[in-house]
Amino acid sequence: MLLSLIALHMVLGMGAAVSVRLLGRNAFLLVAAAPAIGFGWLWSLAPAVIAGAAYVEIAPWIPSLDVSLAFHVGLLQWLLAMLVTGIGVIVLVYCRWYFTRPPARTLGLLVAFAGAMLGLVTADDLVVLYVFWELTTVFSYLMIGHDSSRRANRAAATTALIVTTTGGLAMLIGIVGFGVTTGTFRLHAILATEPTGPAATACALLMLVGALSKSALAPFHFWLPGAMAAPTPVSAYLHAATMVKAGIYLVAALAPVFASVPGWRPALTVLGAATMLLGGWRSLRQNDLKLLLAYGTVSQLGFIMLLVGFGTQSAGQAGLAMLLAHALFKATLFLTVGVIDHATGTRDLTKLSGLVRKLPVLAVVAGLAAASMAGIPPLFGFVAKEAALDALVRVAIDSDGTGVLPAPAVLLVAVIVLGSMLTAAYSLRFWWGAFGYRRRSAAPTIVKHAPEAGFIAGPALLGVSCLVAGFLGGPVTGLLESYTSAIGVGAHPHTLALWHGFTTPLALSAVALTGGAVLFWQRDVVGRVQGTFPQVAAANDFYRWSMRLLDVLAVEVTARTQRGSLASYLSVILSVFLLTVGGTLMLLPVWPDRLHAFDTPAQVVVGAVTCLAALSLITVRGRIRAIITVGVTGYGTALLFLMHGAPDLALTQVLVETASLLVFLLVMRTLPKYFTDRPLHSSRWWRMLLAISVGLTVTASILVSTTSRVAERSSLGLEKAAYEFGYGRNVVNVILVDTRAWDTLGEVSVLIIAATGVASLIFLRSRVQRRPPRTRATNQSSGAWLRTTGALDPAARSLVFEVVTRLLFSVMILISLYLLVAGHNSPGGGFAGGLVAGLALMVRYLAAGAKELEDAAPTDAGRLLGTGLFVAVGSAAMPWVFGGRIFQSYDIHVTIPGLDAVATPWGVVNVFGDLHLVSSTVFDIGVYLIVLGMMFDLVRSLGAGIDQHAEDERTPLPRPESTTALSVSARQNGGSR
Amino acid sequence: MSGNLTLAIVAGVLVASGVYLLTERSLTRILIGVLVMGNGVNLLFMLAAGPAGNPPLLGMFPTESMTDPLPQAMVLTAIVITMAVSAFVVTMAYRSFQLNGNDEVSDDVEDRRIRELAERDDVSDSYEDTSFSDAGEDMVSE
Repeated sequence: MLLSLIALHMVLGMGAAVSVRLLGRNAFLLVAAAPAIGFGWLWSLAPAVIAGAAYVEIAPWIPSLDVSLAFHVGLLQWLLAMLVTGIGVIVLVYCRWYFTRPPARTLGLLVAFAGAMLGLVTADDLVVLYVFWELTTVFSYLMIGHDSSRRANRAAATTALIVTTTGGLAMLIGIVGFGVTTGTFRLHAILATEPTGPAATACALLMLVGALSKSALAPFHFWLPGAMAAPTPVSAYLHAATMVKAGIYLVAALAPVFASVPGWRPALTVLGAATMLLGGWRSLRQNDLKLLLAYGTVSQLGFIMLLVGFGTQSAGQAGLAMLLAHALFKATLFLTVGVIDHATGTRDLTKLSGLVRKLPVLAVVAGLAAASMAGIPPLFGFVAKEAALDALVRVAIDSDGTGVLPAPAVLLVAVIVLGSMLTAAYSLRFWWGAFGYRRRSAAPTIVKHAPEAGFIAGPALLGVSCLVAGFLGGPVTGLLESYTSAIGVGAHPHTLALWHGFTTPLALSAVALTGGAVLFWQRDVVGRVQGTFPQVAAANDFYRWSMRLLDVLAVEVTARTQRGSLASYLSVILSVFLLTVGGTLMLLPVWPDRLHAFDTPAQVVVGAVTCLAALSLITVRGRIRAIITVGVTGYGTALLFLMHGAPDLALTQVLVETASLLVFLLVMRTLPKYFTDRPLHSSRWWRMLLAISVGLTVTASILVSTTSRVAERSSLGLEKAAYEFGYGRNVVNVILVDTRAWDTLGEVSVLIIAATGVASLIFLRSRVQRRPPRTRATNQSSGAWLRTTGALDPAARSLVFEVVTRLLFSVMILISLYLLVAGHNSPGGGFAGGLVAGLALMVRYLAAGAKELEDAAPTDAGRLLGTGLFVAVGSAAMPWVFGGRIFQSYDIHVTIPGLDAVATPWGVVNVFGDLHLVSSTVFDIGVYLIVLGMMFDLVRSLGAGIDQHAEDERTPLPRPESTTALSVSARQNGGSR
Repeated sequence: MSGNLTLAIVAGVLVASGVYLLTERSLTRILIGVLVMGNGVNLLFMLAAGPAGNPPLLGMFPTESMTDPLPQAMVLTAIVITMAVSAFVVTMAYRSFQLNGNDEVSDDVEDRRIRELAERDDVSDSYEDTSFSDAGEDMVSE
């Protein structure tokens, strides 16, 4: 039931956007159903739980870690759950009137928070409890930061998040510690074993840190006033009634067993009492009603924490009673502030005046709640405070089984009385500030819109309960009995009641109320005295200081590690390579001795030329020269491939080298002739050292690894498979189009992306050029070798080139098709074929420029790429459509009668008569089209596109024989002159 | 298995030249470095694949004398991808030249700003001072 209840909250939270759109403000009424159901269900549990039984629900979650969704509702859990659900309903209903325009975000978060909070107070498994704990923190963060454009909201939300999660992490350590030392994460099981020893003490204190931060006790208190940046109903629910009670709940659950561990009682007592004074004192200084209440909450939380953590029967009883009282009166007061804010547009008590006449019902309701807060009889707050004073007076008299020394105990009572005085004073200040008259003559504040009945129904209900509960001391005592009696320490407490006779607590209450009244009466004096207090560094400042320190540290570390220089990053990477691989080589005991100098003498010659070319690159200053020199290394590598027995590689390398050379030259023609001069500084020698070391390491490591190979190669048997499953004789090609076709598919996708990237860098806006309608007959002169050369400047034409192009183009296209078809059985394939076809296009461009290219190309480059990918993917998926596997290959033999044996003067020749088609050839056709498309795109962008830029003077003009260029603006100015 | 010294040295020289060029500033030189280094690494693949032999073409050569086809397929992929990527880089060099009048890879401006912050012991831009006034107007929101 609990799990489904929590799930219901979450589902309603997720559907907030929809419900707000459909129902508008009434969506709040819909989602209020979730806590309402929870409340009703808890109500039905009441008899059993009050009798001391517990509701248990367990569902498996992470069995391997022994973590389960275990819930255990004893009296304490039940009480908290009643508060969570009950006040949840009231707040959600109240929101229906509070928000003029319903915020779906806040609605969703609020109801989801209600679910998480319900989970928190009922979870028995501490890991689950922690999850809910942090969920409430996150929801609180999101709701405080509801307006992320405001600095105050952001700062407050971040502070709340950081402070409470810091405590939460400490708590997590405690939870894990308990889990490890006791062997279970179940809270009631851990409590039943009553663990002792240093480990248990440490874990308990760590959990205490989490509880203190969540319940905003000093020194963590400062996040709570900041959290008032959240909408008022959120503050009422999260930051007064429920979430800040999570810490108190945890302490109340642990205290019966752990109150006597070393450090627990002193820490809680000192911090609780200090928080009570601090909150009360600062509350007296606030002019914002909401902030006044927030500091009041801090004060009360300190007080309640002190009581529930004290660990005696009477303190426990008083603590829970205070908790109940506080939830009732503080929620009422917050909701009252919301109504006032809504009605008048301000919460500033220096501006509000005379509202007692304008909003009489609200004034009465708030009066009841404020009186309860101040501890005035016959309200429930008085009853609870009496019990609290009684519990502490007992400690002062005979230590009540706690071993607390008399002097501290008396001091504690005095502090609590002082705190109660402050409480009474700020309660009066609140009510008078909100409803009273500033000066007799002052005009009452204008109430813009009077609150509807539904709006004040919630606060009224809660306010009246403050009064009613005051007379229910007996039943409440009975209600708390099963919790109280479970505490082993201290004498059994009195029944909660309005009248116990003339007792010490009554006298102390009277002193507190009188003192509070005096403080309020002399509020101007108090204010002056407060003004004279020196400003001292507080927890808030420490937090700010440490956050700033963290940021400065981050800046320092970033500045040290992230230099922003490509060269330095590469140097770091390569140094790591040197350190690891080179270091491993250093540790080798035996070096390879089975070396041979070369396979063939030709290898040495080619290798020497390649090396020379590579070394000369270091000093080359001219761009074109560098490009051509790198081409030499490429061709050299191709020859080495060939000698090694890799004709496919050699073919592709030669074609790629040629294509790259042309592509680079197309770009380099526009750049300055020389590389930018760099002053010869010391880094050059370091870089040389690095380069030599890396080269040496590479050579040495490859020699070591090749000579120490013991395993057979993994591709063994691939040859057989290539023919049996791939139906091809060229194993490399079969690998590309069949065995490892997925790789190839990925690769051609990279080609498409790169081509598109190039095109978008040149054309910037759209890759689709406005393609002029094809004018077939551009060049009418009959003797032309190429169609479009007529339009060219005669000086730019080369007749020889035109003739060669005319002759070469068709031949190259034929060769490319041959390579494509033959690739499956002999060197070639889609890559090589596509490259040859692309080169053919490039030749056309070089001979006669952009128009000729347009004329030569069959279609748009983008379409070619797209078609290629479509064909490739289609051929991959096709076998799957017909029940095979993706990329499965099929073998098709076609014999065309008559063509397989054509009689020629040179004998009988087979002219494509006996076709051996393999389905993966289709995939290769896709590859072919993509490579062709890429080449076309490159020529179109880097050739024709850059031509266009030059024509439009959109490129800086390189100065002749220089490393610099004339900028575009200078160029255009010069041109206009 | 015996190691081929010539190929290993050629690969080492290619890689060393590549490393030197890679740490230059001019994008064209960096690109050339990548290409040279790429050639070197492709040679390493060949070396690692095993001793030289006959091309892996079935029916033409005995299977035992063939070289390992798998690294060849990988290198073939690498060659074509290198071409596509280097075309992209060279276009970037052109674009950089078009915009800045040179093709140099300058140091990251943001990183320099962070260094300046560090020298001043300052905080980052994303840092927000989280102070709340007790009753400041800043607090009253909604």
